[in-house]
Amino acid sequence: MKARYLFSLVVGVALLLAACAPAATPAPEAVPLKIAILSPLSGAVPTFGVSNRDGALLAIKEWNAKGGVLGRPIEAIVEDSQCSADPAVNAANKVIGQDGVKFIVGEVCSSASIPVSEITEAKHVVQISGTSTNAQVTLNLDGTTKQYVFRACFIDPFQGKVGAAFALKQGFKTAFVMYDQGNDYVAGLAENFEKSFTAGGGTIVGKESYTGTDTDFSATLTKVAEAAPDVLYVPDYYNIINLVGAQAKEKGVTAVMMGGDGWDSADLDRAAADGGYYTNHYSDQDTRKIVQDWVANYKAEYGSVPDALATLAYDATNLLIAAIDKAGTDDTAAVKDALAGISWEGVSGTITFDAQHNPIKAAVVLQVKDGKINYVDTVAP
Amino acid sequence: MNTASMPARRPLTGQWLVRGRWPGRLFLGLVLAVIVWKLTVSVLAGPTIFVQQLINGLQLGFVYALIALGYTMVYGIVRLINFAHGDVFMVGAFISYYAIAQFRLHEWPGRLFTGMAPAASIAIGTVTVMVLSMVVCAVMAVVIERTAYKPLRDAPRISALITAIGVSFFLEYFGALDFVFSPSFITYVRPFPVRTWYILDGIHLLEAGQTRPDGSITFSNILVIIIVVSLLLLLLLTVFVRRTKTGKAMRAVAFDKPTARLMGIDVSRTISVTFAVGAALAGAGGMLYAIAFSSIVFWMGIIPGLKAFIAAVLGGIGSLPGAFLGALIMGQAETLAGAYVSSPMRDAIAFTLLILVLLYRPRGLFGEPEREKA
Repeated sequence: MKARYLFSLVVGVALLLAACAPAATPAPEAVPLKIAILSPLSGAVPTFGVSNRDGALLAIKEWNAKGGVLGRPIEAIVEDSQCSADPAVNAANKVIGQDGVKFIVGEVCSSASIPVSEITEAKHVVQISGTSTNAQVTLNLDGTTKQYVFRACFIDPFQGKVGAAFALKQGFKTAFVMYDQGNDYVAGLAENFEKSFTAGGGTIVGKESYTGTDTDFSATLTKVAEAAPDVLYVPDYYNIINLVGAQAKEKGVTAVMMGGDGWDSADLDRAAADGGYYTNHYSDQDTRKIVQDWVANYKAEYGSVPDALATLAYDATNLLIAAIDKAGTDDTAAVKDALAGISWEGVSGTITFDAQHNPIKAAVVLQVKDGKINYVDTVAP
Repeated sequence: MNTASMPARRPLTGQWLVRGRWPGRLFLGLVLAVIVWKLTVSVLAGPTIFVQQLINGLQLGFVYALIALGYTMVYGIVRLINFAHGDVFMVGAFISYYAIAQFRLHEWPGRLFTGMAPAASIAIGTVTVMVLSMVVCAVMAVVIERTAYKPLRDAPRISALITAIGVSFFLEYFGALDFVFSPSFITYVRPFPVRTWYILDGIHLLEAGQTRPDGSITFSNILVIIIVVSLLLLLLLTVFVRRTKTGKAMRAVAFDKPTARLMGIDVSRTISVTFAVGAALAGAGGMLYAIAFSSIVFWMGIIPGLKAFIAAVLGGIGSLPGAFLGALIMGQAETLAGAYVSSPMRDAIAFTLLILVLLYRPRGLFGEPEREKA
């Protein structure tokens, strides 16, 4: 009885003291500007997540070194969105609802960016994705452009066209397409390649779908071997290419493999993909000064050469912060207008947005050969 | 109220399909007829491809067999569907990966006896790595059994089932931690290089970069090794179960546990041995699967584990030859479905097979009907 009385007395005094203590409110100018970074740090494509996060963080670090934006330091909130719809949506809701974030850099994978973009568009949060290439990311279902969603990369209709044009230029006449029907990015890119390849005079000799968790492709590859195409187009992420490439070589399938920017990873098994080509956003062998400076800075910070994902995240974050700076306010309506009209010299090229909030940029074609990734060609839109 | 004198009422819809005489059999007959028709058409259109797909299916079938044997043995002896078995398979793959990639254990004879031929050295080394995986998996299974399943031996079976699912998740996500295995895909380092042969007027080696000639059938040394190792392990298991005392004890405990205990058999030890043997097979299966598909990840055991479980049910859970045969059928069904229907339908067809088996022959191909316990 006495202990209980004493306890409640102590609690009461403590509360009183807490209430009386002056609340430490920071001066309004130093309130950090929060930017959320949604990256697939776990799941199927962790190297993409790490690159995306590191590129974005380096951009934020550089801006903070110059005094932040609007006189405020920039605070990064990193969330793991696992390259898939549900975790990404949860992460987005958390940063918008709990952390009060109004600017999001992400996601990497189109299948995650599309559901997140529906939330950011509804809640008037500015979202810019470094690498989601599916056209639907910035488009509403009725075809109008989402006002608050942007991206720093080219889109799959263009990437498929580049891939098909390159294949035709190399003299390849027949292609077999393998795609993951459950992945917006892969299915979209495969469809665009097929359209452009047939339009350019090539023949698609076969089209097979698989699921993202498949490990045994022998049944499909037997069909590929039967069809004997010039090109085997597999526009999937590097983890699938590792499997398909290795098994294709074991089956005696010598068709040249081709793919998209999902191949770009340090974890790509170069022996499995040997001889293959893929379309990408940038090459570290590009001789422009801005690229070489970027490679050097990234290497100094993280100890490795940046891949396309880090580069695009860097460009995307820079675009976002530059737009905030240009708008002079963190009001998202003003920022989105500033971003729509911006022109920025990024590492991956000069970026201006078209009516669908997609940049008008060139693509590069890289080849995996003898354990190295070599730059082959640049294709402008 | 005498139920025998009541008129037979028409049972519920699903039962009508199965238990009623002619509707159920007509339906099953139709499904089978369609399958046979489609297959015949495809085979006649391309016989070499069909044989090639059969060979593709063998590889999967034998790996599933190794996992299914573990499922069936454990179920036979403690009536538990050990859902963690697929993750033991995963652990086997990872152990062999670290042994090969980090410690280069598959080359130890060559390092020790410098004059040895490299082929012999790698052969002995690979066998050593497999034995290591098997031993580690066996020990792990015994530990799991002692901590998670043994305390629940007299509890309702559903408790042990839920525990098994819990152990399965634990193994997967513990393995996903950075300091244990890895949360991302790892490209497996094969202990020996892959060689492919093609059959066309005799067996020839397919050179690197050479295109497969038209109309030939290819197979790789991995397939041969998987078949040889699986058959060898099956043989060893059969000898063990039929000829040794512990094997006899296992069969006795599976047949009638209380009586076996009365006969002086140490039931606890026998159960642990069963888990250990089953896990050793799964560990070997894990290494072979990793060699075949060369990419490992912490959740790689889920789907093969499920399919091996279906295979064990198909063959008659509790029966060893049933599990082996069921797994081969499963591998073929999956590959042929992938070849002649479509790849995403593989899993659908595999699981439909389970439903059909449970509807029409719940005890499986070789299973014994539930005996009346006195």
